[in-house]
Amino acid sequence: MFVLLKNHAKLLKVFEASEEITGRKKLQKMVYILKKVGFPFEEKYAFHFYGPYSEELSLRTEELCNLGFIDEIKEKKSNYTQYRYQVTDQGEMFLKESTLDMPPVDEKIATLKEESSRFLELVATMLYFEPATKAEVEKKVQEVKKKSNYTEEDLAKAWTFIDKMKH
Amino acid sequence: MAYKDEQLHEEKVFKDPVHRYIHVRDQVIWDLIGAKEFQRLRRIKQLGTTYVTFHGAEHSRFNHSLGVYEIVRRILINFENRPNWNQEERLLCLCAALLHDLGHGPFSHSFEKVFKLDHEDYTRAIILGDTEICQILSRISPDFPQKVADVINKTYPDKLVVSLISSQIDADRMDYLQRDAYYTGVSYGHFDMERILRVMRPVEDQVVIKESGMHAVEDYIMSRYQMYWQVYFHPVTRSAEVILSKILHRVKRLYTEGYAFKFEPIHFRSFFEGEVDLQDYLRLDEAVVLFYFQQWAEEDDAILKDLCLRFTNRQLFKYVQYNPNLQMKDWMELYRLFDAVGLDSEYYLVEDSSSDLPYDFYRPGEEEERVPIHLLMPNGDLRELSRQSEIVEAISGKKRTDHKLYFPLDSIEALSDDIPEKKKILEILGR
Repeated sequence: MFVLLKNHAKLLKVFEASEEITGRKKLQKMVYILKKVGFPFEEKYAFHFYGPYSEELSLRTEELCNLGFIDEIKEKKSNYTQYRYQVTDQGEMFLKESTLDMPPVDEKIATLKEESSRFLELVATMLYFEPATKAEVEKKVQEVKKKSNYTEEDLAKAWTFIDKMKH
Repeated sequence: MAYKDEQLHEEKVFKDPVHRYIHVRDQVIWDLIGAKEFQRLRRIKQLGTTYVTFHGAEHSRFNHSLGVYEIVRRILINFENRPNWNQEERLLCLCAALLHDLGHGPFSHSFEKVFKLDHEDYTRAIILGDTEICQILSRISPDFPQKVADVINKTYPDKLVVSLISSQIDADRMDYLQRDAYYTGVSYGHFDMERILRVMRPVEDQVVIKESGMHAVEDYIMSRYQMYWQVYFHPVTRSAEVILSKILHRVKRLYTEGYAFKFEPIHFRSFFEGEVDLQDYLRLDEAVVLFYFQQWAEEDDAILKDLCLRFTNRQLFKYVQYNPNLQMKDWMELYRLFDAVGLDSEYYLVEDSSSDLPYDFYRPGEEEERVPIHLLMPNGDLRELSRQSEIVEAISGKKRTDHKLYFPLDSIEALSDDIPEKKKILEILGR
């Protein structure tokens, strides 16, 4: 069965299941984590200052906005701008007509959404360094994320979270 | 004298149309340039299929890699003795700059998509694997190849070093914009690089720009924007890219289905089987790929033959702009009609969106999404570029995006007028 814009449809599904996503960074890390635990997202990621980042994902999100499938709400904060995303009625309709070949993702998205973007950044960074050993991953995270001051508790929580996401 | 400090008896120079001269003094750099994995980059075009649109765009990843090295070399001359800069990192920066694109394969973009590969993985594998490059780097110190790989992978602890090679204003972009503009012959893509290099300052973990250099940076951001729409995302180039991807899809499917090729695709076998080892990867360059396209144009499979002839002889697909939201039902119908007239829609009706060719627009982004370009104000504060520049603010806001549908108009027109679907197809396509 032909699916129009299948990668757009998969991304739209993330917005729909989340009801609302606050923050581009959070969106970036959520999709990366889903991809790393086996969901069929095709966006290419590379490591940036704040962890894995995908330009393809940023562009695809802009395309969904321009097509009228999601709404982007801009909020000016003191030093930066924050973005919130919601699926529009047209987006819902597009999703209904798309035959998405994707395993059930709602529960995983709910788990991801509950966490802060700072924590998801840690999880995404740890997943980036896989398949290194646990000790190597932690060493590398502390090296590249020196300024984030992640504690041992943060790391332990992240490992439990990764385990939960993978099962 | 330690290998890392060895200098050539006299400086070597490469004549370069963009930077005039590329200067080499370090023995290490000279040896790396001579390594066979680096020489291979001569056989990989920097702009892939762009030459079908801009015939001058035949320059290679070799030229670009030397250019990035030269820019970093010049930046480091300016950084010498500045606060925050550790001169011990000089050779590491130069090696990373030279080798940053080492893992690119032929027509990288299509190959990566079709065979689910990432050239960055191969850059790492070449630097750390059983290669001449790794042998040379290891002579500096056993952990030096890993350091170079980490800088290119952006996971090196010293972020200042990383940001020279990869940030929103880095040596990579400064070279390819100018080089691609030169070779395509377009008038966009020019900016005052000398001025930018003079106003770059190392500050803690990033490179920032003195506020007085803002207008030169505005020009650089404008070039990026214009080069994307005028060169990189040119619809004719995209058409060639679409056909190239479909050839690879077709040939992979035929191989998987056990098709008996007249000419065995030995160089591609590991790509089809999803287990591409380093030596197989290095063996495949653009000359080899184009040779196979000629061979496959003689195959019995009608689709493979047709696509290869189209690519080789530049009989490209035509395109129309479409809005997937407003025209969704029309396009679903179009796919049905194509199959009904015997034009396999999987190969002959192809959607292409701007996100299929991700290009790094300048994005101020939000806090901690990505590091933006910072201006160093006279009072020592850092200010994000788009908050100071109205021009940058205007082009880094809402992005223009684009969706096109590609199809072989000649094949549709060649259908008999008695076929009722023909008229309907042309109607939907607005022809």
